[in-house]
Parts: sequence; C-alpha cells; structure tokens
Amino acid sequence: MSITSYIFGILAALLTLAVVIEMLRRGRMRERHAIWWIVAGSLALLIGVFPAILDWAAGLIGVGQPVNLVFFVSIAVLFLVCIQHSSELTTLESKSRTLAERSALQELRISQLEERVAQLSREQE
Amino acid sequence: MPYALSDTLIVMPAFNEEESVAAVIAEVHAKLPGASVLVVDDGSLDATAEVARAAGAQVASMPFNMGVGGALRLGFQYAVENGYQVAVQIDADGQHDPGLVPALLAGLDDADLVIGARFSGEGDYTVRGPRKWAMSVLSTVLSRVVRTPLKDTTSGFKANGPRAIALFAHSFPAEYLGDTIEALVIAGRAGLRVRQVPVAMRPRSGGQPSHNFVKSAVYLGRAFVALLVALMRPRTALKETATA
Repeated sequence: MSITSYIFGILAALLTLAVVIEMLRRGRMRERHAIWWIVAGSLALLIGVFPAILDWAAGLIGVGQPVNLVFFVSIAVLFLVCIQHSSELTTLESKSRTLAERSALQELRISQLEERVAQLSREQE
Repeated sequence: MPYALSDTLIVMPAFNEEESVAAVIAEVHAKLPGASVLVVDDGSLDATAEVARAAGAQVASMPFNMGVGGALRLGFQYAVENGYQVAVQIDADGQHDPGLVPALLAGLDDADLVIGARFSGEGDYTVRGPRKWAMSVLSTVLSRVVRTPLKDTTSGFKANGPRAIALFAHSFPAEYLGDTIEALVIAGRAGLRVRQVPVAMRPRSGGQPSHNFVKSAVYLGRAFVALLVALMRPRTALKETATA
C-alpha cells in the first residue's frame, strides 16, 4: 500500500465524519439517524489509520480477502440504514394521514360553527 | 328494532366525482329522509366539494389524496364525534342504490358489519379470469376469518354498527385494498359479527370494471399480498366502552 492511498483512506473517513457531525451540530440530522454514519465513519477511520486491524479481523472470521470484509460491512450498514428509513417513512405517512384527517374534520367543524353563529346572530336581530 | 335513519351517517368518499356526486346525494336525500350525508372529498382537483356542499351534504376536504381507506377512517371518526350509531359507506359514482340502505340497516340487528354483496342472487354482476379466481379465493379465506360465509368480499357497500365504528375510527387501513380485504380481517379478529345481504349493483357512471387480463392478474397479485399482510398483522382489539 502506497503512502498516498493510506492518506486518501484517512481523509475520506475524516470527511465523512466531519460532514455528519456538522449536520448533527446544525440540527440538520437527528442523533438516531446520524449514529449509523458515525459508527461507519469511525470504523473507516480506524481501519484507515491501522490497516493491520482489517487483516487481523479478516483472519479471525475466516475471510480470505480482507477487502471483502470491508465490502460486506459497508453493504450491511447501507442495508440497515435503508430499512430504518423505510420504517421511518411509514411512521411519517401514518402521522401525516392522521393530521390530514384531523385538519379536514376541524375545517368542517369550523364551517359548521360559523354557520351556527351566523344563524344565531340573524335570530338576535 | 332496526336503527333509525336519523342515527345514520352516509359516508361517501369522493375523488374527482363532480359529475355524479350531486345526483347521488339527491337520491340519498330522496330515498333516505333524515339520514345525514358526509362527503369526504379526497383531495379532488375538480369542484367535487363545492358541488356536494351545494347539494346539501356535509363536506370534509382532505388536504391531499389519501385513498378510500383514509377517507373512510375520517368518516368513522366523524360518526364517533357526532354520535351516529351507524355509518353506511356508499360510492359517489352511483354504483350503489341508496334505496337498499334500509335492507343493510335491518341486517345490523344481529350483526356489527353488513356487506351489500353482489353475486348473492340479486343483479347480474359477473366477472371472469384472474379477477374471478381472486374473488373466490378471497371469499374462501375471509369467510373463515369472519366465521360466516361471504360471497362478495370486495364490495364497497357496507353498513357499520356502533362496534364497527368504534373499531374502525382508529384502525381503518389506508393501504391499497385495505378498505375491503384488511378491514374484514380486522373486523373478524376483533370479534365483530359480519353478515352479507344480497344487493344488485348498478353500472358505474364511470364505465365498467376492467376485464383486461394483465390488469386482472396484477389485481390478483396485489389482493393476495394485501391478504397475507393483513393475516400476518397483530390483531387489533376492540376497546369495549360502557354504553348505556
């Protein structure tokens, strides 16, 4: 491994972490969404700084090519994040459904009350 | 004693039905004196809401299109909040004859949910191909779930008694086909008594249902997915409230 690719790996991991932490800081991403990206970025940084850890872990699990372990873990993280997003989307849809129903019912109620008020004020006169 | 029409809410989900909705409302007023009509305008882009209001119905307008399931749950909530005993679902396209509502109401004497069913002797409704297979498998499975033989499980002409309204006001599904298939599964598992009453359907003003093979096959697939998912879901309990 050349020194350039060593540095490139570390920089990529740092960039990812920086973007995620900055978004978290500015309130553009909530903790529970950021946590996966922080875990992934930290892992990437760790492996980038100490590539020997990757070889050791691959040997431990029995993965022939250490780089395959990187692919496996990356895909697994992406997969889990996608599932989390689908589930959050469903929750949001069901909440917006409830809000839509409530807003339509309130609107109807308001127009019924307006009619009642108009009727009562006519009777007053 | 059947429920009175004054305790009955006619719920009419409508999406872009400005041409037919006024006539259906007028027919309901003529044939069902005393019944209230709630049109749920499901995010229509045309003048459905205005036309329905002018025809003398209460109109609740969804801010965007939610599908029949969303519109119906709103109707059940309205029924709960305004003290209606019965909610009858009627299509805004003129397919269901309001004159048959008293027959459905009479069925509520010994049931919580009454389905106005085609194929049960009345009318000449026929289907072929995958749609027919889908419907027969659906009725076999759903008949077991609700513990009573049903011939037509995809009818949108239903009368809901107080227990059905209480259940559906919080748990009516919004998914595709949820208003027919999953709603029956939820009802059956919550212990509601379901029964069918034979009715004749009129042709819709918007044309006949499709007999295209591919479309029917897609319908079959989606119906089975809807059924499987409905059966896998945890059951929804009916919260029994103390009623006088």
